Amino acid sequence: MNIYIKLILTYLKLGLFGFGGGYAMLSLIQQEVVQRHGWISLSEFTDIVAISQMTPGPIGINSATYIGYTITGGSVLGAVAATAAVVIPPYVIMLYASHFVRKHQESPLIKGVFMGLRPVVVGLIASAALLLMNKENFGSEMAECIKSILICTVTFFFAYFTKIHPIMLIIAAGLAGYFIF
Amino acid sequence: MNNIYLRLFYTFFKIGAFTFGGGWAMIALIQREVVDKHRWVSKEEFVDMLAVAQSLPGILAVNFSVAIGDRLRGFKGSLVSALGTILPSFIIILAIAIFLTPDTIKENETLNSIFKGIRPAVVALIVAPVLTTAKAAKINLKTVVIPIAVALLIYSGIPYVSNPIVYIILGGIGGYIYHTWRLSKEKQGKQ
Repeated sequence: MNIYIKLILTYLKLGLFGFGGGYAMLSLIQQEVVQRHGWISLSEFTDIVAISQMTPGPIGINSATYIGYTITGGSVLGAVAATAAVVIPPYVIMLYASHFVRKHQESPLIKGVFMGLRPVVVGLIASAALLLMNKENFGSEMAECIKSILICTVTFFFAYFTKIHPIMLIIAAGLAGYFIF
Repeated sequence: MNNIYLRLFYTFFKIGAFTFGGGWAMIALIQREVVDKHRWVSKEEFVDMLAVAQSLPGILAVNFSVAIGDRLRGFKGSLVSALGTILPSFIIILAIAIFLTPDTIKENETLNSIFKGIRPAVVALIVAPVLTTAKAAKINLKTVVIPIAVALLIYSGIPYVSNPIVYIILGGIGGYIYHTWRLSKEKQGKQ
């Protein structure tokens, strides 16, 4: 089978079954591109994850663009194909879901479902924060860890109590990192 | 910028260009732009949209931009917003793939120390929306058990128990049952 067709089919599948956001998708992506198709090695995959963490944007998009480009032997078309494939299925589903929700806003079904989902969503965000409080983000040595906790606390203070734009906080934290690490 | 399409594109391009650490880190940014600054949706609607975006497959940030774009200007609006979210990462990753090798980035010391600063800040940017969405979701002393239990169970890492989809399904079904029960009780009260 043509590599483009395989690539598109794989990323359509990843888009369709990628529940739970970027990091949850990672293991699924790894299964497909490393174990199943052998398009890249495990260490190349780890590299892509590392780059994704150092570049902006959703990890799902980053990996699709990078893998699409490399496995087609450096074709921009491959990057476009994989990125489009991972986005299109959830795009269509989301569009239909939004319309459905808006149309039936006042129905007891939608009202009740949302009533139950709201506290769950708060819990989901909290779990994401908890899961990210790890060695990768805060460092494994004592001194590094203390500096990281300091940056985290100060950023939280400004994010919650002031109106400073989050983009400014990210830039400030990057500058702080440049000087203290 | 008076054109709403341009504004949608620019807003989501900015969000896409400045979020590190995946979709959850984007929430604070999206909230600031979409709720506080442009007032495209209310705080409560924001939580509901987040619920839909999270319950469906796909990339959270893209799903969310589709919901906002569609809410404001239908299909065309969703297209513009989704492109805005996707393009920054697409362009940057493509540039890296074409011009650099992974090692040049991974082993660059300046970049490494900058990102050591950014990572803990990103965690803080995820903690802040926990509190703001809790307020918007009208969490009280009785219902606060739900988010705490959900967060800890997902964090536990136990197979199946730590799967977020379980709580989305339970929350949806539980909410529906509770709501119907309350409606029928109200009816009885009136009779």
